Amino acid sequence: MIEIAGVSLALGGSRILDNVSLTVPKGGVTALVGPNGAGKSSLLSLIARLRPLQSGRITVDGLPVDTTPSRQLAKIMAILRQDPGVASRLRVVELVGFGRFPHHRGRLTAKDHEIIAASLEQFDLSDLTPRFIDTLSGGQRQRALVAMTFCQGTDYILLDEPLNNLDMFHARNLMRTLRRIADEHGKTVLIVLHDINHAASYADRIVAMKDGAVVASGQTADVIRPDILESIFGFSMRVEHIDGRLTVLHHA
Amino acid sequence: MTDVVIQRVMRHEGRLVMMAAVAMLVGVAFMTIGLRGNLAFVIELRAARLAAMVLVGVAVAVSTVVFQTVCANRIITPSIMGLDALYVFCQTALVFALSGFGFAGIDPRLHFLGNFTVMTSLALALFLPMLRRRFDLTLMLLTGVVLGVLFRSLTTLLARLLDPNDFAVLQGAVFASFNTVEPDLLLLAGVITVAGVAIAWRARHILDVLSLGTDTAIGLGVAWRGTAAGLLVLVAALVSASTALVGPMAFLGLLVVSLAERIVGTNRHAILLPAAALTAIIVLVGGQTVLQHALGGEGSLGIVVEFVGGIVFLAILFAGGRR
Amino acid sequence: MTAGSLGSQGFAYRAVGAATLLALFVASLFVGVGELAIGSLADPEALRLIMISRLPRTLAALLAGSALAIAGLVMQTLARNRFVEPSTAGTAQSAALGILVVTLVWPNASLGWKAAGAAVTALAGTSVFLMLAHRLPPTQPFLVPLFGLVYGGVIGAAATFAAWHLDLLQYLEVWMTGEFSGILRGRYELLWVAGALVVLAWWTADRLTMLSLGRDVSIGLGLNYTGMLRLGLVIVSAITALTVVVVGTIPFVGLVAPNIVSRFAGENLRHTLPGVAGGGAALVLACDIIGRLIRFPYEVPVGTILGVVGAVLFLVLLLGRNSND
Repeated sequence: MIEIAGVSLALGGSRILDNVSLTVPKGGVTALVGPNGAGKSSLLSLIARLRPLQSGRITVDGLPVDTTPSRQLAKIMAILRQDPGVASRLRVVELVGFGRFPHHRGRLTAKDHEIIAASLEQFDLSDLTPRFIDTLSGGQRQRALVAMTFCQGTDYILLDEPLNNLDMFHARNLMRTLRRIADEHGKTVLIVLHDINHAASYADRIVAMKDGAVVASGQTADVIRPDILESIFGFSMRVEHIDGRLTVLHHA
Repeated sequence: MTDVVIQRVMRHEGRLVMMAAVAMLVGVAFMTIGLRGNLAFVIELRAARLAAMVLVGVAVAVSTVVFQTVCANRIITPSIMGLDALYVFCQTALVFALSGFGFAGIDPRLHFLGNFTVMTSLALALFLPMLRRRFDLTLMLLTGVVLGVLFRSLTTLLARLLDPNDFAVLQGAVFASFNTVEPDLLLLAGVITVAGVAIAWRARHILDVLSLGTDTAIGLGVAWRGTAAGLLVLVAALVSASTALVGPMAFLGLLVVSLAERIVGTNRHAILLPAAALTAIIVLVGGQTVLQHALGGEGSLGIVVEFVGGIVFLAILFAGGRR
Repeated sequence: MTAGSLGSQGFAYRAVGAATLLALFVASLFVGVGELAIGSLADPEALRLIMISRLPRTLAALLAGSALAIAGLVMQTLARNRFVEPSTAGTAQSAALGILVVTLVWPNASLGWKAAGAAVTALAGTSVFLMLAHRLPPTQPFLVPLFGLVYGGVIGAAATFAAWHLDLLQYLEVWMTGEFSGILRGRYELLWVAGALVVLAWWTADRLTMLSLGRDVSIGLGLNYTGMLRLGLVIVSAITALTVVVVGTIPFVGLVAPNIVSRFAGENLRHTLPGVAGGGAALVLACDIIGRLIRFPYEVPVGTILGVVGAVLFLVLLLGRNSND
């Protein structure tokens, strides 16, 4: 369970988050949606202790993120930020292997190798393993980073717009994989999504943010409603059931 | 509307007049403060130094403005691209190659012409392709800085390989400073600088167009390649003149042109060229006067300019890069 | 699987590299003004020359070369930019400034104290550089090295100005130009400390590599990011200070060796570190031998030779890369 209580954040004089309180239960996929500048990425960075907490309290599985040793947190929570700008000349297999670092601290065991290989397979990277990161396309690099995050093998996985740069095939593959690990392995996925339909069809719960505050939070079907969506994004859209899935028609 | 334009021009010219007045004042101060001993001798010495500083200031300022305009960028300068290091290298290389023929002993003016010819050809060969291939600005700057390091290292290496006699001759030429002005060179450098300034002044409207960038300039009918090559030769001549007189002055150009731009607030060459030249004179002569009389460090002007100019360069880079 | 496919090729590179290094090592023992034929080892006089002068000199070149190459590699990881190294980003200049200060305050200080003083200023100078470099946009890879070169120039100018005022210009010249001709037994042993720092870098290779993934990724993986950054800074500063004090500044080793080796072997420090260290040692040894031969019987300092060789290789790396893209 991730518990956020009374978190505010100000950067350079402007208020990014305003007294946010939120509970993300253990298990399942929770999507974080909202317009640009709503504070989604900032909230994710705070949970992942990438940014110091200014006020309020955040705990993951009861561990306060600001005082728990970083190494301990790395074993229960993995984070993938948008565009971390890895410019290093590492091979794909080496980069993905660093996902095991919190566990092996430098010495890879046979089990680590197994997990790395499975993760490479999972994200369609097997042919790319000996390639250097800086020779990959944006989408391939993004998949390698996702694979590294998976390799970390944590109960909580935080992803900030991981579908950027991915084509439809790999975007669908990632979302289905997230769904599966949540269902089969009981992982907790917290994901910032831009495409409301990805959220509608894959997430169990949706948290909507706007102007640094949580404006709606609940089961997917309770948030994907025309009136709530309009209040978040500022224009009206239709919500239909197509083949049993909620679909938002927002192009009209 | 036209009134506003006229007012603006008047304001620019007013600032120029003010700068000229300050330059005069600084010159008088340099000549008169703390006069002592054999007056005729001291005044002659000071006059030669003043003349050298004025020439160097004008040559550096004009060459920097012209070079920046050709590159359509206000941060790139001839000495950052290693042109003055190239001049010193050519000087050393010629002494090295021709020392067997007694080259070291000949007239410094012939020396200068030889250096100038070699350096201009090398500069054209190096920089024209670079400009034509349109390198990314930071790559071009970095290449220039590394070229400068290379020329300096080559100079040191050749100096180590020279005969001690030839080295002594070379040292006199290479390690020139404001304190040891060669009278023969003063006249020659004066002629080159005046001619160069006259050409730059005549080309001021073309320069205005060039500063809009290569594509725009070609679109407006400028024969870019020929013009750029001609202007590069002009820059090389001015850099040769100033370097022969006082040695390399790494960041002087950048310092005075960015100062001048702040003061007059325009990129029009009719204003910017004289403003930069006046700023250079004020900085050099004023700096030397202050160092000489207030701080007791008359030989260190070059180092101080390098220090301050370097910081200005870093600040511009940082501000530009962060934008 | 991948290790196997890379293995045979990697082995060939390593074998050729090791053979070259060994050949240079032997050559360095026998090249110089005092004549020495390879067969003359039985001669006690010749042996003395080797033990007192040639071997220490060769070891000094080996240690300084490998340590500087590693310092460059670590610095590139810290700055997250491939085109920086201690002598082109203010570290070496700051170290020289530090020795100047120590010399001024305490003229009879031992080499060790001078190195300590130099390490402190090098640490300060490099920290400031990194702080500024991290604020420059990563989208412009040439901005950081450009910034570094000029930053180093500014610190160098400050040092020159101070030395000029204090009448210490000659000394500054010595620290700024790397030279092995003065190396005798008893005059280079501090460099073993630099060698130990190379081992330390190897020991922490994984964590140093993770720094190059950036702050967010490495914190996400549970790395003590700030702590590793500090350790890296200490390694770079101490190696630079030690070499500047013992032999003077040797430019470009830290830039050229890692860049060439990483073309073949990538940037995972654990794998590339031995190659980079060996490459740096070979480069410095080769340039020292050239310096001894080019103007025989006089010597040209290794710093001067590397100034030329290194600048040319730097340009090749810069422009060659660009035309490929």
